[in-house]
Amino acid sequence: MTASAVPSEASSASAAPRSGGVRRSMLRRAVPYLQAGPLALTLLVFLLVPILTIVAVSFWDYDSIRIYPDFVLTNYEELLTSPVTWKTYLNTVKFAALTWVITLLIGFTVAYFLAFHVQSTTWQMVLFLVCTIPFWTSNIIRMISWIPFLGRNGLLNSGLISAGLIDQPLEFLLFSDFAVVLAFVHLYALFMVVPIFNSMMRIDRALVEAARDGGASAAQVVWNVILPLAKPGIAIGSIFVVTLVMGDFITVRLMSGGQSASIGLMIANEISLLQYPAAAANAVVLLAVVLIMVVAMLRIVDIRKEL
Amino acid sequence: MTGTGTRRSLSFYLLAAFFGLFVLFLYGPIATITILSFQGPEGGLTFPMNGVSLHWFRNLFEQQAVGDFGGSFRRSIALGLTVMVLTVLFSLLAGFAFRRRFLGSGALFYLAVASLIVPSILVSLGIGLLFNILGIEPTWYGSALGAHLTWTLPFGLLIVFAIFNRFNPAYEEAARDLGATPWQTVRHVVLPILLPSLIGVGLFGFTLSYDEFARTLMTAGSFNTLPLEIYGMTTNVTTPVLYALGTLTTLFSFTVIGLFLAGVMILRRRRLRRTGGAA
Repeated sequence: MTASAVPSEASSASAAPRSGGVRRSMLRRAVPYLQAGPLALTLLVFLLVPILTIVAVSFWDYDSIRIYPDFVLTNYEELLTSPVTWKTYLNTVKFAALTWVITLLIGFTVAYFLAFHVQSTTWQMVLFLVCTIPFWTSNIIRMISWIPFLGRNGLLNSGLISAGLIDQPLEFLLFSDFAVVLAFVHLYALFMVVPIFNSMMRIDRALVEAARDGGASAAQVVWNVILPLAKPGIAIGSIFVVTLVMGDFITVRLMSGGQSASIGLMIANEISLLQYPAAAANAVVLLAVVLIMVVAMLRIVDIRKEL
Repeated sequence: MTGTGTRRSLSFYLLAAFFGLFVLFLYGPIATITILSFQGPEGGLTFPMNGVSLHWFRNLFEQQAVGDFGGSFRRSIALGLTVMVLTVLFSLLAGFAFRRRFLGSGALFYLAVASLIVPSILVSLGIGLLFNILGIEPTWYGSALGAHLTWTLPFGLLIVFAIFNRFNPAYEEAARDLGATPWQTVRHVVLPILLPSLIGVGLFGFTLSYDEFARTLMTAGSFNTLPLEIYGMTTNVTTPVLYALGTLTTLFSFTVIGLFLAGVMILRRRRLRRTGGAA
């Protein structure tokens, strides 16, 4: 594969006169750099340099009007010694853990159904698309769409009341931690379904057949054959879900009605108060925490063969 | 697998029911706000329906207090299309580059993957700060464009990788043996094979940009994109006009997705017909 990338240049270069051949081979060597250039440049300018800027600014000083280039550790000191930070981290990790467990259970079950119980490939593709289409629609609209369900006079409350299960509307449905986790699961379950489905589709069906012939029950097949082989997909889905929830602020703000906190929300609030160095220090710590979580997950499962 | 025609087990029906509930969970809420956006003029944010009307849709287009809905919609489409074109172009080019080893290819790959993992608000904050320090005014077509690309390019790159992994180099060799120039090989052999997947990359590019909120927050400058506008509305609008906007944008998203999928299907069918005719 590597040799055939721009092969005809090689053949024409060998046919060309010697001096032209040298120039050609230099040009040929430059080709991958030119091809990767736009991607590399975009990521450098809009990802790497901005993150380095955040790291630099996290050591700057500020007052209520502007920020000053400096080298102070007060931003980190204030952040790490404040009990609010620790409580907020605890809350954010709680959201991430709950969302992870629920999306994993849903994602695995849905992917298992699609990969092993839907027989026709056409139906498999159709149902898979049905699962993925919401991924391409607006997250904010999808959050808003829970209001008529969860509100005080919403469908769920009126349904429960008319069923006689409760006599007063439940107040905790909308604007609560419950609503936040529900919205996270709603938004991010797809990030589990897709990679797990992808892993399961690569499992050799003969293995499942062999396990069954060996007398394994359906549950044993799932637990001992499918689950271990689906691990790379589970890891990729988990990385997506955990990093998305850890960095989120909009879902927590909208669905908790300002009654719950997350690190992302804390950063967003500091930004709106123009406390950029404080926000930057917070962001650096968040990035470190997220990276540690990702590395830990990669330690457990090797995903390289999925790429 | 036991093959088609065998008796389906109880677990199939349980799993199918679970799947059905999951689909209901995915689509139920959006269906509800679609229904509620047709509330009568007296209707509220929840059931019951107080008559049926197009009042809130009309309201959306006439009332200026809601904000600059038309302008933000146009900006989001322009931005989405730009992101789409650049994502397809950049990830395709990079895909070609990654077929060979080059200095820094590993680092570039890790940078692209890191771009998926870095929380959106960091990208927003970082670009906002950078532009602030450099004294450049952030704009939706400059800084926000870059911010969106950090989210769409890794997806594009991974899709292009997946295509090239399954790509049979024999086609290129055949073209070369028949005397095609490199450009002819790419134009008449490689690109037609890649086209359906590139449409998929385009779909990612457009829709992810069109719906992006967090990465736009600090990078859009003085003019809002549609998600920022919608977010603004959630904090100060308490009428079904919010649902009307939600219904319209979702309808728009579905139309775009439908067009892309139709494009892929037409290409597939045409190819099938062509290969079928050749056989």
